Amino acid sequence: MTSFASTVYAEEWWIQLIKAVIIFTVGLSIVPVILIAERKLLGRFQSRYGPNRVGPYGLLQPIADIGKLLGKEHSRPHTSVGLLFVIAPILSILTAVAALAIIPFGPVVDIGGTPVGLYGLDVSIGPLYLFAFGAIAFYGLMLGGWSSGSKYSFLGAMRAAAQLISYEVSQGLALIGVIMTAGTLSLVGIVHAQEGMWYVIPQIVGFVIFLVAGFAETNRAPFDLAEADAELVQGYMTEYGGGRFASYYFAEYINMLIVSGIVTTVFLGGWLLPFGIDPPHWVDPFVVLAKMSLIVLLFIWIRATLPRLRYDQLMSLGWKVLLPLATLNALVTAIVVVSQ
Amino acid sequence: MTPYDPGPDVVEVQRGPQPGGPSGVYRAFGETLRGMKTVFANLIEGTTTIQYPEEKVPVYPRFRGRHKLHRFEDSGLEKCVGCSLCAAACPADCIRVVAAENTPDNRVSAGERYAAVYEINMSRCIFCGYCEVACPFDAITMGHDYELSDLNRSDLIFTKEMLLAEPLERTPLRSEGE
Repeated sequence: MTSFASTVYAEEWWIQLIKAVIIFTVGLSIVPVILIAERKLLGRFQSRYGPNRVGPYGLLQPIADIGKLLGKEHSRPHTSVGLLFVIAPILSILTAVAALAIIPFGPVVDIGGTPVGLYGLDVSIGPLYLFAFGAIAFYGLMLGGWSSGSKYSFLGAMRAAAQLISYEVSQGLALIGVIMTAGTLSLVGIVHAQEGMWYVIPQIVGFVIFLVAGFAETNRAPFDLAEADAELVQGYMTEYGGGRFASYYFAEYINMLIVSGIVTTVFLGGWLLPFGIDPPHWVDPFVVLAKMSLIVLLFIWIRATLPRLRYDQLMSLGWKVLLPLATLNALVTAIVVVSQ
Repeated sequence: MTPYDPGPDVVEVQRGPQPGGPSGVYRAFGETLRGMKTVFANLIEGTTTIQYPEEKVPVYPRFRGRHKLHRFEDSGLEKCVGCSLCAAACPADCIRVVAAENTPDNRVSAGERYAAVYEINMSRCIFCGYCEVACPFDAITMGHDYELSDLNRSDLIFTKEMLLAEPLERTPLRSEGE
Protein backbone atom coordinates (compact mmCIF):
# COMPACT_ATOMS: atom_id res chain seq x y z
CA MET A 1 0.00 0.00 0.00
CA THR A 2 1.34 3.38 -0.93
CA SER A 3 1.56 5.93 1.79
CA PHE A 4 -0.28 9.24 1.56
CA ALA A 5 2.76 11.29 0.69
CA SER A 6 5.48 8.98 -0.40
CA THR A 7 8.53 11.00 -1.28
CA VAL A 8 11.11 9.69 -3.68
CA TYR A 9 13.51 9.31 -0.80
CA ALA A 10 13.32 10.09 2.89
CA GLU A 11 14.88 13.36 3.94
CA GLU A 12 16.13 14.01 7.42
CA TRP A 13 13.64 15.87 9.62
CA TRP A 14 15.98 18.82 10.07
CA ILE A 15 16.40 19.24 6.31
CA GLN A 16 12.63 19.35 5.95
CA LEU A 17 12.41 21.87 8.76
CA ILE A 18 14.99 24.17 7.18
CA LYS A 19 13.33 23.85 3.80
CA ALA A 20 9.94 24.66 5.29
CA VAL A 21 11.29 27.74 7.03
CA ILE A 22 13.02 28.98 3.88
CA ILE A 23 10.04 28.38 1.59
CA PHE A 24 7.55 30.02 3.90
CA THR A 25 9.83 32.95 4.69
CA VAL A 26 10.36 33.63 1.01
CA GLY A 27 6.75 32.90 0.11
CA LEU A 28 5.31 35.14 2.79
CA SER A 29 7.73 37.98 2.18
CA ILE A 30 6.88 37.99 -1.51
CA VAL A 31 3.28 38.92 -0.65
CA PRO A 32 4.04 42.54 0.40
CA VAL A 33 6.18 42.85 -2.74
CA ILE A 34 3.22 41.75 -4.86
CA LEU A 35 1.00 44.18 -2.95
CA ILE A 36 3.16 47.18 -3.74
CA ALA A 37 3.89 45.99 -7.28
CA GLU A 38 0.18 45.64 -7.93
CA ARG A 39 -0.70 49.08 -6.62
CA LYS A 40 2.20 50.75 -8.42
CA LEU A 41 1.49 48.97 -11.69
CA LEU A 42 -2.25 49.57 -11.52
CA GLY A 43 -1.42 53.23 -11.05
CA ARG A 44 0.89 53.30 -14.05
CA PHE A 45 -1.65 51.42 -16.15
CA GLN A 46 -4.11 54.19 -15.32
CA SER A 47 -1.63 57.03 -15.97
CA ARG A 48 -1.08 57.81 -12.30
CA TYR A 49 1.71 57.10 -9.84
CA GLY A 50 0.19 54.82 -7.25
CA PRO A 51 1.42 55.04 -3.67
CA ASN A 52 4.55 57.19 -3.51
CA ARG A 53 4.58 58.75 -0.04
CA VAL A 54 5.71 56.08 2.43
CA GLY A 55 9.43 55.41 2.15
CA PRO A 56 11.45 55.77 -1.05
CA TYR A 57 9.06 55.67 -4.02
CA GLY A 58 6.32 54.54 -1.66
CA LEU A 59 7.92 51.13 -1.29
CA LEU A 60 7.09 50.85 2.40
CA GLN A 61 3.35 51.27 1.78
CA PRO A 62 2.44 47.57 2.29
CA ILE A 63 4.39 47.50 5.56
CA ALA A 64 2.46 50.55 6.72
CA ASP A 65 -0.83 48.95 5.64
CA ILE A 66 -0.10 45.68 7.37
CA GLY A 67 1.03 47.51 10.50
CA LYS A 68 -2.15 49.55 10.49
CA LEU A 69 -4.37 46.49 10.07
CA LEU A 70 -2.59 44.50 12.78
CA GLY A 71 -2.83 47.41 15.19
CA LYS A 72 -6.60 47.58 14.91
CA GLU A 73 -9.16 46.36 17.38
CA HIS A 74 -10.52 42.82 16.96
CA SER A 75 -14.19 43.55 16.93
CA ARG A 76 -16.98 41.23 15.88
CA PRO A 77 -20.73 41.62 15.49
CA HIS A 78 -22.79 40.46 18.48
CA THR A 79 -24.78 38.17 16.16
CA SER A 80 -21.65 36.32 15.06
CA VAL A 81 -20.71 32.80 16.07
CA GLY A 82 -17.57 33.42 18.05
CA LEU A 83 -15.40 30.35 17.53
CA LEU A 84 -16.12 29.96 13.83
CA PHE A 85 -15.70 33.67 13.25
CA VAL A 86 -12.18 33.39 14.63
CA ILE A 87 -11.32 30.09 12.93
CA ALA A 88 -12.48 31.04 9.41
CA PRO A 89 -9.67 33.43 8.43
CA ILE A 90 -7.12 31.10 10.04
CA LEU A 91 -8.46 28.25 7.93
CA SER A 92 -8.22 30.41 4.86
CA ILE A 93 -4.59 31.37 5.35
CA LEU A 94 -3.63 27.89 6.59
CA THR A 95 -4.82 26.15 3.44
CA ALA A 96 -3.18 28.77 1.27
CA VAL A 97 0.16 28.30 2.99
CA ALA A 98 -0.17 24.51 2.94
CA ALA A 99 -0.64 24.52 -0.82
CA LEU A 100 2.55 26.56 -1.13
CA ALA A 101 4.50 23.52 0.10
CA ILE A 102 4.19 21.47 -3.10
CA ILE A 103 5.44 24.02 -5.62
CA PRO A 104 8.80 22.68 -6.81
CA PHE A 105 11.58 25.24 -7.07
CA GLY A 106 14.18 22.83 -8.39
CA PRO A 107 15.14 19.18 -8.72
CA VAL A 108 16.91 17.05 -6.14
CA VAL A 109 20.38 18.55 -5.80
CA ASP A 110 23.48 17.61 -3.89
CA ILE A 111 24.22 20.06 -1.07
CA GLY A 112 27.36 19.05 0.81
CA GLY A 113 26.87 15.37 -0.05
CA THR A 114 23.25 15.31 1.10
CA PRO A 115 20.55 15.05 -1.58
CA VAL A 116 18.05 17.85 -1.01
CA GLY A 117 14.94 18.45 -3.08
CA LEU A 118 14.41 22.12 -3.77
CA TYR A 119 10.72 21.91 -2.85
CA GLY A 120 8.69 21.63 0.29
CA LEU A 121 7.22 18.26 -0.44
CA ASP A 122 7.08 16.08 -3.53
CA VAL A 123 3.73 14.42 -3.00
CA SER A 124 2.75 11.66 -5.39
CA ILE A 125 -0.70 13.23 -5.74
CA GLY A 126 0.37 16.82 -6.50
CA PRO A 127 -2.73 18.33 -8.15
CA LEU A 128 -5.07 16.35 -5.90
CA TYR A 129 -3.31 17.77 -2.84
CA LEU A 130 -3.75 21.21 -4.33
CA PHE A 131 -7.47 20.75 -4.99
CA ALA A 132 -7.99 19.15 -1.60
CA PHE A 133 -6.62 22.21 0.14
CA GLY A 134 -8.49 24.44 -2.27
CA ALA A 135 -11.68 22.67 -1.19
CA ILE A 136 -10.87 23.21 2.47
CA ALA A 137 -10.28 26.86 1.68
CA PHE A 138 -13.99 27.09 0.82
CA TYR A 139 -14.71 26.44 4.46
CA GLY A 140 -12.67 29.46 5.43
CA LEU A 141 -14.80 31.50 3.12
CA MET A 142 -18.19 29.94 3.85
CA LEU A 143 -17.67 29.85 7.60
CA GLY A 144 -16.47 33.44 7.53
CA GLY A 145 -19.56 34.56 5.68
CA TRP A 146 -21.98 32.48 7.69
CA SER A 147 -20.56 33.03 11.16
CA SER A 148 -20.55 36.79 10.71
CA GLY A 149 -24.28 36.76 11.42
CA SER A 150 -24.90 39.24 8.65
CA LYS A 151 -27.04 38.43 5.65
CA TYR A 152 -24.77 40.39 3.33
CA SER A 153 -21.72 38.42 4.42
CA PHE A 154 -23.72 35.26 3.92
CA LEU A 155 -24.80 36.27 0.43
CA GLY A 156 -21.22 37.17 -0.39
CA ALA A 157 -20.05 33.77 0.83
CA MET A 158 -22.69 32.07 -1.31
CA ARG A 159 -21.59 33.96 -4.40
CA ALA A 160 -17.95 33.21 -3.72
CA ALA A 161 -18.60 29.52 -3.09
CA ALA A 162 -20.74 29.12 -6.21
CA GLN A 163 -18.04 30.77 -8.27
CA LEU A 164 -15.19 28.77 -6.81
CA ILE A 165 -16.97 25.45 -7.16
CA SER A 166 -17.89 26.02 -10.81
CA TYR A 167 -14.41 27.07 -11.79
CA GLU A 168 -12.62 24.39 -9.80
CA VAL A 169 -14.16 21.79 -12.12
CA SER A 170 -12.71 23.35 -15.26
CA GLN A 171 -9.42 23.96 -13.51
CA GLY A 172 -9.14 20.31 -12.59
CA LEU A 173 -10.11 19.16 -16.07
CA ALA A 174 -7.57 21.50 -17.64
CA LEU A 175 -4.83 19.74 -15.68
CA ILE A 176 -5.96 16.26 -16.75
CA GLY A 177 -4.45 16.67 -20.22
CA VAL A 178 -1.05 17.45 -18.72
CA ILE A 179 -1.27 14.63 -16.21
CA MET A 180 -2.11 12.13 -18.96
CA THR A 181 0.74 13.33 -21.15
CA ALA A 182 3.25 13.31 -18.32
CA GLY A 183 1.97 10.06 -16.89
CA THR A 184 2.57 11.21 -13.32
CA LEU A 185 0.80 13.17 -10.61
CA SER A 186 4.00 14.35 -8.96
CA LEU A 187 4.69 17.99 -9.78
CA VAL A 188 8.43 17.32 -9.88
CA GLY A 189 7.76 14.48 -12.29
CA ILE A 190 5.63 16.76 -14.45
CA VAL A 191 8.49 19.25 -14.68
CA HIS A 192 10.93 16.48 -15.61
CA ALA A 193 8.51 15.32 -18.31
CA GLN A 194 8.73 18.78 -19.89
CA GLU A 195 12.43 18.52 -20.66
CA GLY A 196 11.73 18.17 -24.38
CA MET A 197 8.97 20.72 -24.70
CA TRP A 198 7.01 22.82 -22.24
CA TYR A 199 3.39 21.78 -21.96
CA VAL A 200 2.24 25.26 -22.82
CA ILE A 201 2.69 24.38 -26.50
CA PRO A 202 0.83 21.05 -26.83
CA GLN A 203 -1.60 21.97 -24.05
CA ILE A 204 -2.27 25.59 -25.01
CA VAL A 205 -6.03 25.12 -24.55
CA GLY A 206 -5.49 23.65 -21.12
CA PHE A 207 -3.13 26.51 -20.29
CA VAL A 208 -5.67 29.19 -21.21
CA ILE A 209 -8.49 27.40 -19.39
CA PHE A 210 -6.37 26.91 -16.30
CA LEU A 211 -5.33 30.55 -16.33
CA VAL A 212 -8.89 31.85 -16.72
CA ALA A 213 -10.16 29.47 -14.06
CA GLY A 214 -7.22 30.56 -11.93
CA PHE A 215 -8.36 34.16 -12.10
CA ALA A 216 -11.77 33.03 -10.90
CA GLU A 217 -10.31 30.74 -8.20
CA THR A 218 -8.27 33.56 -6.69
CA ASN A 219 -11.17 36.01 -6.83
CA ARG A 220 -9.25 38.37 -9.05
CA ALA A 221 -10.59 40.78 -11.60
CA PRO A 222 -12.46 40.26 -13.92
CA PHE A 223 -13.99 37.55 -11.72
CA ASP A 224 -13.85 39.38 -8.40
CA LEU A 225 -17.59 39.28 -7.92
CA ALA A 226 -17.24 37.78 -4.48
CA GLU A 227 -15.98 41.05 -3.09
CA ALA A 228 -16.58 43.51 -5.98
CA ASP A 229 -15.12 46.51 -4.18
CA ALA A 230 -17.16 48.96 -6.17
CA GLU A 231 -20.68 47.61 -5.79
CA LEU A 232 -20.71 45.20 -2.85
CA VAL A 233 -19.24 46.03 0.51
CA GLN A 234 -16.64 43.29 0.80
CA GLY A 235 -18.54 40.07 0.16
CA TYR A 236 -17.96 37.36 2.74
CA MET A 237 -15.44 39.42 4.72
CA THR A 238 -17.71 42.41 5.26
CA GLU A 239 -17.70 42.03 9.03
CA TYR A 240 -14.01 41.36 9.35
CA GLY A 241 -11.49 43.99 10.32
CA GLY A 242 -7.94 44.35 11.53
CA GLY A 243 -5.75 41.26 11.64
CA ARG A 244 -8.49 38.88 10.55
CA PHE A 245 -9.20 40.94 7.47
CA ALA A 246 -5.46 41.03 6.84
CA SER A 247 -5.40 37.21 7.00
CA TYR A 248 -8.07 36.95 4.32
CA TYR A 249 -6.26 39.49 2.23
CA PHE A 250 -2.95 37.71 2.68
CA ALA A 251 -4.54 34.37 1.80
CA GLU A 252 -5.87 35.86 -1.40
CA TYR A 253 -2.43 36.96 -2.47
CA ILE A 254 -0.82 33.66 -1.50
CA ASN A 255 -3.48 31.93 -3.59
CA MET A 256 -2.44 34.11 -6.50
CA LEU A 257 1.13 33.05 -5.88
CA ILE A 258 0.12 29.39 -5.80
CA VAL A 259 -1.83 29.58 -9.05
CA SER A 260 1.11 31.25 -10.73
CA GLY A 261 3.39 28.61 -9.22
CA ILE A 262 1.22 25.79 -10.53
CA VAL A 263 1.00 27.38 -13.96
CA THR A 264 4.77 27.71 -13.96
CA THR A 265 5.27 24.13 -12.87
CA VAL A 266 2.68 22.46 -15.03
CA PHE A 267 2.74 24.50 -18.21
CA LEU A 268 5.88 26.63 -18.25
CA GLY A 269 8.44 23.98 -17.47
CA GLY A 270 9.13 24.82 -13.85
CA TRP A 271 12.83 25.45 -13.42
CA LEU A 272 13.70 24.42 -16.97
CA LEU A 273 14.95 27.01 -19.43
CA PRO A 274 14.34 26.85 -23.17
CA PHE A 275 16.93 26.46 -25.99
CA GLY A 276 19.01 23.96 -24.04
CA ILE A 277 20.29 26.51 -21.55
CA ASP A 278 21.36 24.49 -18.55
CA PRO A 279 22.43 26.75 -15.67
CA PRO A 280 23.85 25.45 -12.37
CA HIS A 281 21.24 24.23 -9.94
CA TRP A 282 21.39 27.20 -7.60
CA VAL A 283 19.74 29.26 -10.38
CA ASP A 284 16.68 27.00 -10.52
CA PRO A 285 14.64 28.62 -7.71
CA PHE A 286 15.21 32.02 -9.28
CA VAL A 287 14.02 30.76 -12.65
CA VAL A 288 10.83 29.52 -11.02
CA LEU A 289 10.40 32.79 -9.13
CA ALA A 290 10.94 34.79 -12.31
CA LYS A 291 8.32 32.77 -14.19
CA MET A 292 5.93 33.11 -11.26
CA SER A 293 6.34 36.85 -11.16
CA LEU A 294 5.64 37.04 -14.88
CA ILE A 295 2.33 35.26 -14.29
CA VAL A 296 1.59 37.58 -11.37
CA LEU A 297 2.29 40.54 -13.66
CA LEU A 298 -0.21 39.07 -16.10
CA PHE A 299 -2.75 38.88 -13.27
CA ILE A 300 -2.22 42.56 -12.53
CA TRP A 301 -2.30 43.51 -16.18
CA ILE A 302 -5.61 41.69 -16.68
CA ARG A 303 -7.01 43.37 -13.59
CA ALA A 304 -6.17 46.77 -15.04
CA THR A 305 -7.76 45.86 -18.36
CA LEU A 306 -11.00 43.98 -17.96
CA PRO A 307 -14.24 45.14 -16.36
CA ARG A 308 -16.01 42.87 -13.92
CA LEU A 309 -18.31 40.22 -15.41
CA ARG A 310 -21.99 40.08 -14.62
CA TYR A 311 -22.93 37.16 -12.37
CA ASP A 312 -24.82 35.24 -15.06
CA GLN A 313 -21.98 35.83 -17.52
CA LEU A 314 -19.56 34.44 -14.96
CA MET A 315 -21.64 31.32 -14.53
CA SER A 316 -22.25 30.75 -18.22
CA LEU A 317 -18.58 31.27 -19.03
CA GLY A 318 -17.65 28.68 -16.44
CA TRP A 319 -20.23 26.05 -17.31
CA LYS A 320 -20.93 26.65 -20.98
CA VAL A 321 -17.52 27.58 -22.33
CA LEU A 322 -14.68 26.51 -20.06
CA LEU A 323 -16.10 23.19 -18.94
CA PRO A 324 -16.90 21.82 -22.45
CA LEU A 325 -13.59 23.12 -23.74
CA ALA A 326 -11.69 21.51 -20.88
CA THR A 327 -13.54 18.22 -21.39
CA LEU A 328 -12.84 18.29 -25.10
CA ASN A 329 -9.20 19.06 -24.38
CA ALA A 330 -8.94 16.11 -22.02
CA LEU A 331 -10.66 13.82 -24.55
CA VAL A 332 -8.46 14.83 -27.46
CA THR A 333 -5.35 14.49 -25.32
CA ALA A 334 -6.48 11.03 -24.22
CA ILE A 335 -6.99 9.92 -27.81
CA VAL A 336 -3.59 11.27 -28.85
CA VAL A 337 -1.83 9.69 -25.87
CA VAL A 338 -3.46 6.31 -26.46
CA SER A 339 -2.83 6.30 -30.21
CA GLN A 340 0.88 7.02 -29.81
CA MET B 1 -41.37 44.90 -35.35
CA THR B 2 -42.80 47.46 -33.03
CA PRO B 3 -46.48 47.15 -32.08
CA TYR B 4 -47.16 50.58 -33.60
CA ASP B 5 -45.86 52.33 -36.67
CA PRO B 6 -43.12 54.70 -35.58
CA GLY B 7 -43.10 56.56 -38.86
CA PRO B 8 -40.13 57.72 -40.88
CA ASP B 9 -38.37 59.39 -37.90
CA VAL B 10 -37.13 56.12 -36.50
CA VAL B 11 -33.89 54.85 -38.02
CA GLU B 12 -32.91 51.20 -38.13
CA VAL B 13 -29.90 50.67 -35.88
CA GLN B 14 -26.92 48.63 -37.02
CA ARG B 15 -26.42 46.12 -34.24
CA GLY B 16 -23.18 44.42 -33.28
CA PRO B 17 -22.99 40.62 -33.30
CA GLN B 18 -24.77 38.88 -30.45
CA PRO B 19 -22.55 37.60 -27.64
CA GLY B 20 -22.10 33.89 -27.06
CA GLY B 21 -21.13 30.91 -29.16
CA PRO B 22 -17.66 30.05 -30.43
CA SER B 23 -17.39 33.27 -32.45
CA GLY B 24 -18.31 35.23 -29.34
CA VAL B 25 -15.51 33.56 -27.44
CA TYR B 26 -13.09 34.33 -30.25
CA ARG B 27 -14.18 37.97 -30.34
CA ALA B 28 -13.99 38.29 -26.57
CA PHE B 29 -10.45 36.92 -26.64
CA GLY B 30 -9.37 39.32 -29.38
CA GLU B 31 -10.97 42.29 -27.70
CA THR B 32 -9.25 41.35 -24.45
CA LEU B 33 -5.89 41.41 -26.18
CA ARG B 34 -6.74 44.79 -27.70
CA GLY B 35 -7.67 46.13 -24.29
CA MET B 36 -4.45 44.81 -22.79
CA LYS B 37 -2.51 46.60 -25.52
CA THR B 38 -4.27 49.87 -24.76
CA VAL B 39 -3.60 49.54 -21.06
CA PHE B 40 0.04 48.75 -21.70
CA ALA B 41 0.33 51.84 -23.90
CA ASN B 42 -0.71 53.87 -20.84
CA LEU B 43 2.17 52.34 -18.92
CA ILE B 44 4.64 53.31 -21.64
CA GLU B 45 3.21 56.80 -22.01
CA GLY B 46 3.84 57.66 -18.39
CA THR B 47 1.80 59.46 -15.81
CA THR B 48 -0.29 62.55 -16.31
CA THR B 49 -0.98 63.41 -12.69
CA ILE B 50 0.44 66.45 -10.92
CA GLN B 51 1.93 65.85 -7.49
CA TYR B 52 0.03 68.70 -5.92
CA PRO B 53 1.82 70.06 -2.88
CA GLU B 54 5.15 69.82 -4.70
CA GLU B 55 3.96 70.68 -8.20
CA LYS B 56 1.28 73.23 -8.89
CA VAL B 57 -0.70 74.12 -11.95
CA PRO B 58 0.13 77.77 -12.68
CA VAL B 59 -2.85 80.11 -12.44
CA TYR B 60 -3.95 82.52 -15.14
CA PRO B 61 -3.37 86.27 -14.62
CA ARG B 62 -7.09 86.86 -14.22
CA PHE B 63 -7.46 84.05 -11.67
CA ARG B 64 -9.54 85.23 -8.71
CA GLY B 65 -7.83 84.17 -5.54
CA ARG B 66 -7.38 85.79 -2.15
CA HIS B 67 -7.95 89.58 -2.10
CA LYS B 68 -5.19 92.14 -1.72
CA LEU B 69 -5.46 95.73 -0.45
CA HIS B 70 -3.04 98.20 -2.01
CA ARG B 71 -1.04 101.24 -1.01
CA PHE B 72 0.26 104.05 -3.16
CA GLU B 73 3.79 103.14 -4.06
CA ASP B 74 5.22 106.64 -3.67
CA SER B 75 3.56 107.89 -0.49
CA GLY B 76 2.79 104.60 1.16
CA LEU B 77 -0.77 105.75 1.89
CA GLU B 78 -3.60 103.27 1.60
CA LYS B 79 -5.72 103.49 -1.52
CA CYS B 80 -8.88 102.51 0.33
CA VAL B 81 -10.98 105.47 1.42
CA GLY B 82 -13.55 103.48 3.35
CA CYS B 83 -16.44 104.13 0.97
CA SER B 84 -17.97 100.66 1.57
CA LEU B 85 -18.91 100.24 -2.08
CA CYS B 86 -17.22 96.81 -2.03
CA ALA B 87 -19.32 95.79 0.94
CA ALA B 88 -22.42 96.98 -0.88
CA ALA B 89 -21.49 95.07 -4.02
CA CYS B 90 -20.61 91.86 -2.20
CA PRO B 91 -23.31 89.22 -2.86
CA ALA B 92 -22.05 87.03 -0.05
CA ASP B 93 -22.01 89.92 2.41
CA CYS B 94 -18.58 89.00 3.64
CA ILE B 95 -16.89 92.44 3.71
CA ARG B 96 -17.13 94.71 6.73
CA VAL B 97 -15.84 98.29 6.51
CA VAL B 98 -15.85 100.85 9.29
CA ALA B 99 -14.67 104.26 8.07
CA ALA B 100 -12.92 106.96 10.08
CA GLU B 101 -11.81 110.54 9.33
CA ASN B 102 -8.24 111.25 8.39
CA THR B 103 -6.65 113.92 10.59
CA PRO B 104 -3.47 115.86 9.72
CA ASP B 105 -1.45 114.01 12.36
CA ASN B 106 -2.98 110.62 11.52
CA ARG B 107 -3.15 110.36 7.75
CA VAL B 108 -3.79 106.80 6.65
CA SER B 109 -5.32 107.13 3.20
CA ALA B 110 -5.15 109.61 0.39
CA GLY B 111 -8.79 110.67 0.64
CA GLU B 112 -10.88 112.31 3.32
CA ARG B 113 -11.67 109.14 5.18
CA TYR B 114 -10.00 105.79 5.60
CA ALA B 115 -11.04 102.27 6.57
CA ALA B 116 -10.47 101.89 10.26
CA VAL B 117 -11.73 98.32 10.08
CA TYR B 118 -11.59 96.31 6.88
CA GLU B 119 -12.43 92.64 7.24
CA ILE B 120 -13.18 89.94 4.71
CA ASN B 121 -14.67 86.70 5.94
CA MET B 122 -12.98 84.19 3.65
CA SER B 123 -15.28 81.39 4.76
CA ARG B 124 -18.19 83.28 3.19
CA CYS B 125 -16.43 84.84 0.20
CA ILE B 126 -17.42 83.30 -3.13
CA PHE B 127 -14.51 84.89 -5.05
CA CYS B 128 -16.80 86.56 -7.57
CA GLY B 129 -14.60 89.64 -7.88
CA TYR B 130 -17.47 92.16 -7.62
CA CYS B 131 -15.59 94.05 -4.89
CA GLU B 132 -12.74 94.59 -7.30
CA VAL B 133 -15.18 95.89 -9.92
CA ALA B 134 -16.99 98.13 -7.44
CA CYS B 135 -13.86 99.79 -6.03
CA PRO B 136 -13.44 103.32 -7.48
CA PHE B 137 -9.77 103.52 -6.45
CA ASP B 138 -8.48 100.03 -7.35
CA ALA B 139 -7.74 99.62 -3.67
CA ILE B 140 -8.84 95.99 -3.58
CA THR B 141 -7.91 93.42 -6.20
CA MET B 142 -8.15 89.67 -6.41
CA GLY B 143 -4.79 87.97 -5.89
CA HIS B 144 -3.61 84.53 -6.99
CA ASP B 145 -3.41 82.69 -3.69
CA TYR B 146 -5.89 79.87 -3.38
CA GLU B 147 -4.46 77.91 -0.46
CA LEU B 148 -6.71 79.35 2.21
CA SER B 149 -7.56 76.44 4.48
CA ASP B 150 -7.24 76.95 8.18
CA LEU B 151 -7.91 75.06 11.36
CA ASN B 152 -10.25 77.65 12.80
CA ARG B 153 -13.15 79.59 11.35
CA SER B 154 -12.19 82.76 13.14
CA ASP B 155 -8.77 82.56 11.50
CA LEU B 156 -10.45 82.92 8.14
CA ILE B 157 -11.61 86.46 8.88
CA PHE B 158 -8.84 88.43 7.18
CA THR B 159 -8.10 91.82 8.73
CA LYS B 160 -6.84 94.92 6.96
CA GLU B 161 -3.26 94.23 8.06
CA MET B 162 -3.39 90.74 6.59
CA LEU B 163 -4.86 91.97 3.33
CA LEU B 164 -2.34 94.80 3.05
CA ALA B 165 0.69 92.61 3.72
CA GLU B 166 2.62 91.25 0.76
CA PRO B 167 1.24 87.73 0.29
CA LEU B 168 3.58 84.77 0.27
CA GLU B 169 4.39 83.79 -3.28
CA ARG B 170 3.16 80.22 -3.23
CA THR B 171 1.13 80.05 -6.42
CA PRO B 172 2.94 80.03 -9.75
CA LEU B 173 1.55 82.45 -12.31
CA ARG B 174 1.07 81.36 -15.87
CA SER B 175 3.26 83.42 -18.15
CA GLU B 176 2.02 85.13 -21.31
CA GLY B 177 0.93 82.72 -24.02
CA GLU B 178 1.38 79.63 -21.84
